[in-house]
Amino acid sequence: MTEVLFFIEVVVAGLLAGTMYSLVALGFVLIYKASSTFNFAQGAMVFFAVLAFVGFMELGLPFSLAFVVTVLLMVLVGFCTERMVLNPLMNQSEDTLLMATIGLGFVLEGLAQAAWGVEVRRLDLGIGDFPIEWIIDVFGLFVSALDLTAGIVAAVLIIGLALIFKYTRMGLGLRAVADDPGAASSIGIPLKNIMLLVWSAAGVVALVAGMMWGARAGVQFALVDLALKALPVLIIGGFSSIPGAIIGGLIIGATEKVLEVYVGPFFGGAIEGWAPYVLAIFFLLYRPEGLFGEKIIRRV
Amino acid sequence: MEQKVNNKNVFMGYTRSDLTNFLIVMILSFVAIPLLVKTDYWYSSILIPWLCLALAAIGQQIVMGYAGQLALGAAGFMAAGAFACFNLILRVPDIPFFVALGLSGLVAAAFGILFGLPSLRVRGIYLMVATLASQFFIVWMIDKFGWFKNYDTSGIITAQDIVILGKPFTSPLEMYFVILVVVTVLTVLAVNMARGSTGRNWMAVRDMDIAAESMGISLLKTKLQAFAICAFYCGVAGALFAFTYLKSLEPVAFDIKLSFKILFMVILGGLGTISGAFIGAAFILLFPVLLNSIGNNVFHGAIDATIISSIEQVVFGVLIIVFMIYEPLGMAKLWGNIKQRFLRKRSLQ
Repeated sequence: MTEVLFFIEVVVAGLLAGTMYSLVALGFVLIYKASSTFNFAQGAMVFFAVLAFVGFMELGLPFSLAFVVTVLLMVLVGFCTERMVLNPLMNQSEDTLLMATIGLGFVLEGLAQAAWGVEVRRLDLGIGDFPIEWIIDVFGLFVSALDLTAGIVAAVLIIGLALIFKYTRMGLGLRAVADDPGAASSIGIPLKNIMLLVWSAAGVVALVAGMMWGARAGVQFALVDLALKALPVLIIGGFSSIPGAIIGGLIIGATEKVLEVYVGPFFGGAIEGWAPYVLAIFFLLYRPEGLFGEKIIRRV
Repeated sequence: MEQKVNNKNVFMGYTRSDLTNFLIVMILSFVAIPLLVKTDYWYSSILIPWLCLALAAIGQQIVMGYAGQLALGAAGFMAAGAFACFNLILRVPDIPFFVALGLSGLVAAAFGILFGLPSLRVRGIYLMVATLASQFFIVWMIDKFGWFKNYDTSGIITAQDIVILGKPFTSPLEMYFVILVVVTVLTVLAVNMARGSTGRNWMAVRDMDIAAESMGISLLKTKLQAFAICAFYCGVAGALFAFTYLKSLEPVAFDIKLSFKILFMVILGGLGTISGAFIGAAFILLFPVLLNSIGNNVFHGAIDATIISSIEQVVFGVLIIVFMIYEPLGMAKLWGNIKQRFLRKRSLQ
């Protein structure tokens, strides 16, 4: 019985950690959906956003004000990106845009470090990374409060975004642009505004993801590498699907933890580092477009 | 008139100017540099790492610039090559250095084929993720299994001396010559592969793989060949890098950052040119040195070293974006443009 409980605990911890990956992956999906650009800078945006947030807090701003200022900063970043990177590169190949976003990532990482330094910061959200009492009492499971909060925040964010996409004018425009940018702009949908909106939304998602990760592991450069973990999540979920990002994150989180606990000891541990990527490869061989992605048909 | 003579095929499809350029570079690197450069600093901190990284960049160039496969795992293959070389010299008695080097390239190539397999199904960013697996897996494997490190617990292993025909090559100048020979041979090989049918197949696959396939080019063979050759070059480069520059073997040296660096060398240098690999490697290597010396000499250390490295990162990022927008073909093309303008001016006079 304790073994079963332990297994459930591992899976739950994995699932909740997975929602953190989902949060990062969500930022990728937002931008990919609207512009078929794979934004490699998303990890750097996570790092940049949360470092800015901590920086503002250190200046003495209260939590809410620091959050608002950082959101505005991320909108500014989105604006500059749209004007200075995406606009000049319009109609270029996907690979070119990808490489440009790698460059953008470097700029953001460098700027963040130049402005706020390289040392590891602590971020206290007032939620501890310790098990919740009543869950232990009722179910006999150890579930971290921070993990649970991250899960709830991710859920709220995703439902919110899904509602905006589905029911607002802006969301309709966004879906039109995602479907066919040329046709959308020819009927008068403001492409630039849509892009700005999407990049800003991705910036806010990055900030939230960064705050969750930062509270757990400290605000540090390693966040950029953690964001690389969102890539296998995207491969499993499909690049253009928001539910895909969530389910992909859950799958990666759970599998990673289960493998680490049950298979890892045979190989000396730390297989978390590469297991998600190998899982993604097997997924690619079987279903290249991901669970929820659209099938890509290529012709000569 | 002169132009016509220059374009004539003199030897195996090369024009006379190609051959004179080659000769000039050879004389410069084998005779002029050793005669003129006397300080060890130049060899051990600039020329040796430059040649090693340029070799790895050629590998990246082959798989990305020629075959069009977005791969991001060069440092993983370098690690495989470095540790293969270490183990071969350690465990096989009296193995000649160049044989060990070649074999370690082949070990890396085997990894290249294995992790190149996903390229048959996916492309672009998907492939990038799949190749990231190789990066993380290879470094993890070396780190976790003690055998590869000869059960050394300190984590840093001193590389053996390079011994060729009983003579140890340990001074920076001697090692420079060893690397130069390897780089020359492999570069000439790469140029010829790129010009021959192998390279044409790569480029056909890069430009449109479905069209290439319908023309009878085997995607399986072409892509895996590109991955294998890329990994071979990276493996040899990694072994040389560890044995001559780092002088030690540690898996941490071959992390994802190095892979990114090599990627940038190729992007900034110019996709689809061998010379771009050398130009890009030189730029990526020299730029931080330049920035540091500006920081030290102009501002007299008033700027913090971490700030300088951050600025370096920003400038790299900006340069990549600028090159993507204005000159996607990179510095090699830029150089070509300058040369052409100069030549045109001369012919007008």
